[in-house]
Amino acid sequence: MLMIFGYPAPLLFGQLLLGLINGAFYALLSLGLAIIFGMLNIVNFAHGALFTMGAFVAWGLLQYFGIGYWPALLIAPLLVGLFGVLLERVFISRLYRLDHLYGLLLTFGLALIIEGLLRNEFGSAGLPYDIPAQLQGAVNLGFMFLPIYRGWVVLASMVLCLGTWLLIEKTSLGATLRAATENAPLVQAFGINVPRMITLTYAGGVALAAFGGVLAAPIYSVTPDIGGGFLITVFAVVVIGGMGSILGSILTGFSLGVVEGMTKVFYPQAASTVVFVVMVIVLLFRPAGLFGRTA
Amino acid sequence: MNISRRTLLGTAAAVATVPAISRRARAASTIKIGVLNDMSGPYRDTSGPTSLICAKQAALEFGNKGFDVEILSADHQNKPDVGAAIARQWYDRDGVDLVLDVPNSAVGLAVSAVSKEKNKAYVNCGAGSSALTGTQCSPAMIHYVYDTYMLGKSTGGATVRAGGDTWYFLTADYAFGHQLQDDATRFIVAEKGKILGSSAYPFPNTTDYSSFLLQAQSTGAKVLGLCNAGSDTVNSIKQAHEFGLKMKIAALLMFVTDVHALGLGTAGGLMLSESFYWDLNDRTRAFTNRVKSKTPNNWPNMAHAGNYSATLHFLKAVADMGVAEAKKSGIGIINRMKKMPVDDDCYQGNIREDGRALFPSHLFQVKTPAQSKGPWDYYNLISTTSGPDSYRPLADDHCSFIKS
Amino acid sequence: MLGFSRPQAAAFLVMTILVIAGPFVLYPIFLMKVLCVALFACAFNLLIGYVGLMSFGHAAYYGMGAYVAAYAAKGWGLSPEIAILLGTLTGAALGTVFGWLAIRRQGIYFAMITLALAQMAYFFCVQAPFTHGEDGIQQIPRGRLFGLFSLNSDMAMYALVAVLFLAVFLLIHRIIHSPFGQVLKAIRENEPRAISLGYRTDDYKLIAFILSAGIAGLAGGAKALVFGIATLTDVHFSTSGGIVLITLLGGLGTVFGPVMGAVIYTSMENYLAQFGSWVTVTQGVIFVVCVLAFRRGIIGELAARLRIAL
Repeated sequence: MLMIFGYPAPLLFGQLLLGLINGAFYALLSLGLAIIFGMLNIVNFAHGALFTMGAFVAWGLLQYFGIGYWPALLIAPLLVGLFGVLLERVFISRLYRLDHLYGLLLTFGLALIIEGLLRNEFGSAGLPYDIPAQLQGAVNLGFMFLPIYRGWVVLASMVLCLGTWLLIEKTSLGATLRAATENAPLVQAFGINVPRMITLTYAGGVALAAFGGVLAAPIYSVTPDIGGGFLITVFAVVVIGGMGSILGSILTGFSLGVVEGMTKVFYPQAASTVVFVVMVIVLLFRPAGLFGRTA
Repeated sequence: MNISRRTLLGTAAAVATVPAISRRARAASTIKIGVLNDMSGPYRDTSGPTSLICAKQAALEFGNKGFDVEILSADHQNKPDVGAAIARQWYDRDGVDLVLDVPNSAVGLAVSAVSKEKNKAYVNCGAGSSALTGTQCSPAMIHYVYDTYMLGKSTGGATVRAGGDTWYFLTADYAFGHQLQDDATRFIVAEKGKILGSSAYPFPNTTDYSSFLLQAQSTGAKVLGLCNAGSDTVNSIKQAHEFGLKMKIAALLMFVTDVHALGLGTAGGLMLSESFYWDLNDRTRAFTNRVKSKTPNNWPNMAHAGNYSATLHFLKAVADMGVAEAKKSGIGIINRMKKMPVDDDCYQGNIREDGRALFPSHLFQVKTPAQSKGPWDYYNLISTTSGPDSYRPLADDHCSFIKS
Repeated sequence: MLGFSRPQAAAFLVMTILVIAGPFVLYPIFLMKVLCVALFACAFNLLIGYVGLMSFGHAAYYGMGAYVAAYAAKGWGLSPEIAILLGTLTGAALGTVFGWLAIRRQGIYFAMITLALAQMAYFFCVQAPFTHGEDGIQQIPRGRLFGLFSLNSDMAMYALVAVLFLAVFLLIHRIIHSPFGQVLKAIRENEPRAISLGYRTDDYKLIAFILSAGIAGLAGGAKALVFGIATLTDVHFSTSGGIVLITLLGGLGTVFGPVMGAVIYTSMENYLAQFGSWVTVTQGVIFVVCVLAFRRGIIGELAARLRIAL
């Protein structure tokens, strides 16, 4: 058997792939965070809680209405997106003129409320959500068994990330969005409704998180902590990628997933900490992150 | 779940609204029991509201024998400092006579330290670490339901004898996980089995076990030993199935409530050990029939049954001594409980001088969906080990207050 | 005296009376917890309220202070004053390293880098054998103060904690009203201007950071001895978040705000513990209400209404 650094090659390849799967969730979450930060200047600490909501909505749709995985993949982000509109209009829109810290504290509070209520209602032991019939089973890649569903997660996440990036960088809607980020009054003067655009951006970022939540539901059991567990790591991803940088957050999301996967081979206890080590190092040498522009 | 939550809130509110003065006035003729467990976290289903319901059931059946019984409850959030602070406040200020349940070994040990310091009674039903009656033992405590030694011996030993002689451990990186791994290793090696490796994963907050499963597979070991509990165990088994793991799984600590969460499709065929199962005999069935309407979605497991039995046994000891005498010393009541044989619908046996309750342990195999004939019909009984044979001999305890 | 205005002197008098009378009415252990948390919040307020630096990782100094004091008292059998002193020094030492790394960044990046460093400290505590992982260091003896006075009774321990609290509270107040404190406030208001006036603002920020971390370590050490336990909760991210909430609730940059915040937060935690996750929900609601309705916090609002500084 081929050995690399004293480890069998299939094991390393397997870990690489698994890292990519985790990276898919990081990328989806950090992409939404980056868009929201870029446009609204809000550090959305509620992002993890909204990811969780996505998973719970998918579970609820099946439990109470018999609506399965595929429709849920569309409906859950939509519903959570609507909830995002509500949050933005009622709470977040009041903070745009204030220091970043207030946005962070407010969304942190919202996250505590959402997660606390879910925990009160459903406990935290986890609710089961099955993999859809079409994606059950696994393929033998030679070096490992890849469950088809996990492959689908990577694929779906990559397509969605790429699509979002194209939407923002290559379309006229995206151009307007970027212009509004740079100079909102000017764009407003062109007759574009900037506040509505901001609201929709928040809803869009939140919907991405909810989509991630639905993707995650069959892999992990649906618990109130499912998103919160990702959150701090994802913040590190966004900071490393450069806050507000869309491409940066996608690439960093996937690569940190891989870094984490590799750590699990060599020093598993440190798997949840390695991201922060990377973050401190990056911030010391590139204050604006890997892909960020220095202000 | 609805009913149980409402009951919980109701109790809490009732306790909170009793004015302080009347509390003191009644204290003399009231025995207070505090059920301290996980009401919101990963061990909610294995302890939580159902433990409280079982303790209340015991108080109800015991009736009034010259004193009132009041049962309080609190959530320790799986934090040793929170648990210790609640226990301290209960003993100091609220006149609680017995702290009960306390899953999570770290919290269990912290509460034991407080009970010893305050000379107040403490019966642990939910925590696993065998250190509770070993190096960290206390004369004010009884370890009632199970421990890591019993699990390692019963499940670990049986798995090796069934041909699973090479092992890889997946261990929650904290005291309980390591204790379970150590205790299991002892019996695996004794049966001439081999340990090929282990992964300790960060606890809590690990949800994805796939990379550890992959590493386990790459060692070629026959058995994956799970040294974890609650939702961690449930998730690792689920993911092992998803990745088509070709290893036998030994879930060293698993409750019937975990089997319920997994479903028989995934859990069918697993071997596990409990000291109680609702369908064991007429008495256990009778007990379950009395409580299951109060907790319809979460039938009692061994820890829940332990709360019932321990409450009953404690109250019998108090009645035997008289309330005034019982209030004087927690160690005094615990000693009385050790002298009296336990005999109720859930457990029968003796309590050893180090605080270890010696009830028989049972090895079960989880039924497949085809074998299961009704709700919660989950286990086939494989074998039973007598109480004294299930647990670590007194001589190996290294317990400081036992003078040989 | 000590830079107190008249209303502040009156408030300090009231607070001192309450601290002295408290244990005769309320449960002393609860009050000691309030005092330790209040100390921790005052330390945090020194940084955010007077220098404008928002640390999202203050649990690292509090928790490491608790662990080291615990180990000194239990493992080495040192007397409590030495144990607490070592806890303080540990907080300060860690603060020197982390502060040196963090103060080069501003705003949200400062918050994030302190968070990342605190996560690394947490990891260290999970892995290092002397902390006993999830169990924590338990059964820490309170020992004898200066080798003479036993602290085993809650009242004796309370006296020590109360004296520590009042002394450090006065110390912080003295710092804020010294020329050094004035420079800190200048940095908070307009850092480029402070630089242009010739102040080496990085040095000032670092010293404030070290002071804050040291006092946090002191609070952690005292807490460890009061409860006889030091655990991962003390270094956990939720503790860092909690202290932000406390300070915000009481009033950022007010002298008495952190104390008020600590009283309310700790009482709430104590009372709501029996209601499961409602603690989390209530904390969330308080965050939201504070940010939206009264950003100045309770004491800050009160002071603004009465047009006095508190």
